[in-house]
Amino acid sequence: MTRTAPIELTCVELVALVTEYLEEALTPAERERFEHHLVYCVGCIEYLQQIRDAMKLAGAAKPAEVLTQEAEDKLLSMFRGLKK
Amino acid sequence: MLWPPSDRRSTVDSTADAQLHEEEAGLLASLRAGDEKVFLSLVRRHQTSMIRVALLYVPTKAVAEEVVQEAWVGVLQGLEKFEGRSSLKSWIFRILTNCAMSRGGREARSKPFSALAEEPGEPLVDPSRFRGPESPHWEGHWAAPPQRWTDDQLAAHQTAQIARRAIEELPRGQRDVITLRDVEGWSSDETCEALGLTEANQRVLLHRARAKVRAVLEQQLKAEKR
Ligand SMILES: [Zn+2]
Repeated sequence: MTRTAPIELTCVELVALVTEYLEEALTPAERERFEHHLVYCVGCIEYLQQIRDAMKLAGAAKPAEVLTQEAEDKLLSMFRGLKK
Repeated sequence: MLWPPSDRRSTVDSTADAQLHEEEAGLLASLRAGDEKVFLSLVRRHQTSMIRVALLYVPTKAVAEEVVQEAWVGVLQGLEKFEGRSSLKSWIFRILTNCAMSRGGREARSKPFSALAEEPGEPLVDPSRFRGPESPHWEGHWAAPPQRWTDDQLAAHQTAQIARRAIEELPRGQRDVITLRDVEGWSSDETCEALGLTEANQRVLLHRARAKVRAVLEQQLKAEKR
């Protein structure tokens, strides 16, 4: 008997490839295997979703740092000085 | 160290950049002409990111502010020579990271990819979450799959704080990469350039970082529910 379908990924393998998938660094064949696994595996769908959630949460976790007025004034006077 | 850094453009150049370049050309001309308003708006636009990126290398906000100032000196001094072969933003941040590294001392100068060796193959997901050889057809498949986080959990301020603390706890290379990619929203090109990493190394660091942040979130959100 010949094999028509490509060898299926295990969940362990999918988890290891998740960043390459998101970075679009997989070959077309690898990508197809990856997406094929996601068709039936609820656990991996959720894992991928949680990685995306974690990315979003990281973006929401920014501390809003601003320069002090003093620092800004210094920069401005420096800018003026340079243009003389 | 190269000083001032060259503005060599990195490999990928998306078409959306064309418009950006036009805008930047205008910005550059205004800066060169000494337009204070333009300078100030540029300082304000980038200040938050510049301080946070500087904080990857130096210990305090006060020092980070000094680094930001130094970086702007470098930017203004290099302005005449800047040829626009990289984006203005990535050029500014390359100057910033150079300043931050020289202020941060020897430890900060060590390249983040040395962190690849820092952690020999520690599993990113607890192996007991997967089925073992006792179930031959399902070996390597989830035994304890992740459980969906609720919208309320995701929206909670506290959850973002968990993510932030998890990022701070990461080994340096992973922390730097995830900070630039997912906190600052930089492209992989910009990140590789700023940190002096290859695409592949950057991806490995990012992979570990995201997986660990996810694991910490999972653990803490589960604990919270009880
Ligand atoms: Zn799976």
